[in-house]
Amino acid sequence: MIAFENAAYSYGGGELLSEISLRLAPGSFHFLTGPSGSGKSTFLKLCYGELLPTAGRVTLFDREVRGLNRDAVALTRRRIGVVHQDCQFLDHLPVASNVALPLLVSGRPTPSRDLADLLSWVGLGQLAGALPPSLSGGERQRAALARAVITGPDVILADEPTGNLDWEMSLRLLTLLVELNRMGKTILVATHDLNLIRQAKSQVSTRVLRISKRRIQLAGADL
Amino acid sequence: MSEAFSEHFHDRIVPPSGAPAWLTSFTAGAMTFLAVFALALSLAADRLATRWADALDRTATIRISAPEDQMALQTKAVLALLKTTPGIASSRAMTPDETKALLEPWFGPDLPLTDLPLPQLVELTETAQGYDSEGLKQRLAAEAPGAVLDDHLRWRRPLAQAAGTLRVLGLTAIVLIGLAMAAMITLAASAALAANAQVIKVLRLVGATDSYIARAFTRRFTMRAGTGAAVGAVAGALGVFLLPAEDSAGGFLTGLGFTGAGWLLPLALIPLAALVAFAATRLAAFRTLKGLT
Ligand SMILES: Nc1ncnc2c1ncn2[C@@H]1O[C@H](COP(=O)(O)OP(=O)(O)OP(=O)(O)O)[C@@H](O)[C@H]1O
Ligand SMILES: [Mg+2]
Repeated sequence: MIAFENAAYSYGGGELLSEISLRLAPGSFHFLTGPSGSGKSTFLKLCYGELLPTAGRVTLFDREVRGLNRDAVALTRRRIGVVHQDCQFLDHLPVASNVALPLLVSGRPTPSRDLADLLSWVGLGQLAGALPPSLSGGERQRAALARAVITGPDVILADEPTGNLDWEMSLRLLTLLVELNRMGKTILVATHDLNLIRQAKSQVSTRVLRISKRRIQLAGADL
Repeated sequence: MSEAFSEHFHDRIVPPSGAPAWLTSFTAGAMTFLAVFALALSLAADRLATRWADALDRTATIRISAPEDQMALQTKAVLALLKTTPGIASSRAMTPDETKALLEPWFGPDLPLTDLPLPQLVELTETAQGYDSEGLKQRLAAEAPGAVLDDHLRWRRPLAQAAGTLRVLGLTAIVLIGLAMAAMITLAASAALAANAQVIKVLRLVGATDSYIARAFTRRFTMRAGTGAAVGAVAGALGVFLLPAEDSAGGFLTGLGFTGAGWLLPLALIPLAALVAFAATRLAAFRTLKGLT
């Protein structure tokens, strides 16, 4: 699915991430942890082609990102659902349109029943017609998650998806991710929330990646 | 959230942007208004140029009025003189029947030819370079005192050239107006693209292709320009229509109108303006998008 081969990234100063070699196998469930500023969001951006590695190779669906043209990047992103840390929306369109956006831009039909089901599943049934700027932080994150999964993507990347959620809502979100993983989706979640990781481990087999000293390593069972 | 939801959705994917949108409508309207006048000018100049060029094709005539006994002599002298005049392609004396035919409109068919001292007419055709009118007149006066050169149509030559130039100027004006409109709409579209950087970023992230995003902008600007151009074209055509009608003297300014199907030409400017807006916006959009990840 997603493979790094000795990849590195630098925003211009020194390297933020170095010698990254790892592979997210189809159907795997990974967590990514690390201190604030260690490069979690940067790593995720490398995973969906918003950033290109400054050294080494990143391969998405068996194709090197550097070799993808702009349309190919767009098509690749349709297979990857992303929940960004700063959930950005089209502020002039209601939540329902924003959630359906990935379907609409790819010209696929939007079954209204599915959209309504998904919205009520993330607890936004009442807010389908609201505009994004009026949402709370947690509501934005849930809307972003709904938008990330609506196309049934092969890969779901989530950057601090529970950062603004209470525990109950975090568990609900985790349940959705676990369900998607059981359906065969590849999941990568960047989070600080160790409780969430423990909870996940009790439901599904997950691996934890930890960023330390610019490298990404597989964490032991101790967390 | 029915099917209609996704149909109309594409038109709203870019938020309505106040200033650039209005700038586009206004520019397209004003430019099309001007283009209608430039078009009317070109067409009027075209008609004049054609008419005057026709007049130039006509040959000049030399009228010889002399006592009957000198007529043949002077005619011979004139023909000989014309043969040696540079700039004259051919010349010939008209027969009495031809002269009669020329006079018929004035005197009626029952003209008693023999009772009237008819002038002898000599028809001449000039070469493309033309002849020296003053020099010819002087030589005629010296060699055939009864001969008068009637070349009143020659003064139209510079006017016909001017009309031709005017036609080119009118068309140049239309092209310049089109380019100015393209430039203005490019600026407006770039401003709209910059103002919607966030929208574009979100669209890119959810997998929208460049052409999809560009379409969202081109659709809007093309519509805007088309609407503005429609208003401008109708207003311009109305302005031309309200000009005084062409009078018999064929004055240039009063002849500044469209004729017949020509009134449809201002309408053709509307899709043209829309096309210019489409191309300008598409170019601006792709240039902006190239710079983003
Ligand atoms: N566009 C950018 N230009 C320059 N530096 C950047 C840019 N984006 C991020 N950085 C820097 O790179 C480092 C890693 O940022 P990143 O957002 O990947 O961290 P993170 O692990 O996601 O942090 P957090 O847990 O706070 O979200 C930070 O020091 C940040 O300041
Ligand atoms: Mg981050």
